[in-house]
Amino acid sequence: MMRTIRYLLQKEFKQIFRDKSILRIILIIPIVQLLLLPLAANYEVKNINLSVVDNDHSVYSNLLISKITASGYFKLQSYDASFKKAMGNIESDRSDLILEIPQNFENNLIRDNEEQLFVAVNAINGVKANLGGAYLNTIVRNFNGDIRLQLITPQKINPMPVIEITNANWYNPFMNYHLFMVPGILAFLVTMIGGFLCALNIVKEKEIGTIEQINVTPIKKYHFILGKLIPFWLIGLVVFSIGMLISYLVYGIVPLGSIAMLYGFVAVYLLAILGFGLLVSTFCQTQQQAMFIAFFFVMIFILMGGLFTSIDSMPPFAKIIAGLNPVSYMIDVMRMIVLKGSGFDDIKFHLLKIIGFAVVLNSWAILNYRKTT
Amino acid sequence: MPDIVIHTNKLTKRFGNFIAADEITFEVEKGEIFGFLGANGAGKTTAMRMLCGLSAPSSGEATVAGFDVYKQTEQIKMNIGYMSQKFSLYEDLTVLENIYFFGGIYGLNKKDLKSKSEVLLNQLGMHHEAKKLVKTLPLGWKQKLAFSVAILHQPKIVFLDEPTGGVDPVTRRQFWDLIYEAAESGITIFVTTHYMDEAEYCNRISIMVDGKIKALDTPANLKKKYGATNMDEVFFELARGAKRAE
Repeated sequence: MMRTIRYLLQKEFKQIFRDKSILRIILIIPIVQLLLLPLAANYEVKNINLSVVDNDHSVYSNLLISKITASGYFKLQSYDASFKKAMGNIESDRSDLILEIPQNFENNLIRDNEEQLFVAVNAINGVKANLGGAYLNTIVRNFNGDIRLQLITPQKINPMPVIEITNANWYNPFMNYHLFMVPGILAFLVTMIGGFLCALNIVKEKEIGTIEQINVTPIKKYHFILGKLIPFWLIGLVVFSIGMLISYLVYGIVPLGSIAMLYGFVAVYLLAILGFGLLVSTFCQTQQQAMFIAFFFVMIFILMGGLFTSIDSMPPFAKIIAGLNPVSYMIDVMRMIVLKGSGFDDIKFHLLKIIGFAVVLNSWAILNYRKTT
Repeated sequence: MPDIVIHTNKLTKRFGNFIAADEITFEVEKGEIFGFLGANGAGKTTAMRMLCGLSAPSSGEATVAGFDVYKQTEQIKMNIGYMSQKFSLYEDLTVLENIYFFGGIYGLNKKDLKSKSEVLLNQLGMHHEAKKLVKTLPLGWKQKLAFSVAILHQPKIVFLDEPTGGVDPVTRRQFWDLIYEAAESGITIFVTTHYMDEAEYCNRISIMVDGKIKALDTPANLKKKYGATNMDEVFFELARGAKRAE
């Protein structure tokens, strides 16, 4: 009966548009998330605090230090007379790394053709310090290479062939992190709106008792569910469009692939995530319960969905969980279509799986929704 | 032989070890105002929810408007109206929007909705409030509105669960005028209440104690039987022995 659904939809839209605070949140969430997160979330580590202990005080040691500070990744925090002093800086968390240049650094380098540098890493902030160590390594290697070129006369053949690796970053040539983050955040956005709003809305009706009035009418279960699904599905698409607009205006991101296909996928994905919200609502009696349960799952979905950390580098069990996580497909497809310009053939398995999620979650929700207890 | 619209036989609802409604058996005739009395926790709401198809019985049998409470809950729902203890219209919709919504989902067409809402607003004297949000109305008005909405689709039976709780005496009187009007139009009224003056308005009443029906008769017969001058005394006599505290 289309008429019943029409009455349900009218009622739902009137209520949604009357709730000014929800309406405002619907508008503010995409704006804040898209302006804030991509700028803050950055995989590149900068401003690594470095303490240097230079026991050589030679031309070469100075050259090395200036090379390091000129790289832009390091901030020379202190220039210490002894390792012990430098260690003090690490202990008080002022430094992340110590570079110790031994005595006779210059002499050994030229005469013996070898020298060791000592790097101590503060592993409390492991990512920062390890990446810093790696950067330092690269800089020292380059420095070494430069010196060799100067020292070794052209006639002599380099004793060891050097293989130099150069990178090309496909699909995101300048390693622009906004480009990487924004599609993921759009996925996150749609998940939040879809997963929470619908669940909370239904549970609110349970709390205030109006659902009982609905349950005592001859309304069909799927009518009721559709009456809740459709409004939030449309809201999800509107929020997604706002997000797309912001990413174009602020970051200049235009999807390389088909926009129609992108919307098609998001439309199906929203059905799946709304189904999740509906299912949560059938298990909960209060908005507090619904909020916590939805939050529990969405949190895991997002953190294990490849937004911040790559699924490929997760252990096997986590990969299995990611396979059961609708959000991971969404983030994947967003990046594929937006950054790579992937076509239908590339995403068809993703789409099939999301259709599977949508069917299972929604059927489960309808089965689990009881008009009679 | 009058028409029987509600018939129960040893209808029981258990929640674990707790027997909320214990083998209740009674019949309600068409057009009757049937009062369903009992202390808090006696099992009135549970019994009512079973009859409305909101709660599945544990055992026993019952028919409402000729339909079985186990298998034909959806048909029952076509034929009844229900007003729960909690106020259950949408507070963030206007008076008129609530009328149209509930009328609409019972399948009334546009023309019927228009004429019925007109009649209803006249009856309640709420023409000026038609476009106001329900949450801005005083409680008594809300309850009258909820009742009118519950019988908008002309059900065979309407179930009212403490409809006048917290309502002032004048509005209660008006509420009962509405109930009489509905009964005259052939709607059977099944009502729970804690007000003994309201019990006197009923054609017949049953009194539930600890999940069982202890008495069922007209108010006059009950008073005679228990040698009481008013319903208050009858109720005290029966409910005093109740073991279940609230």
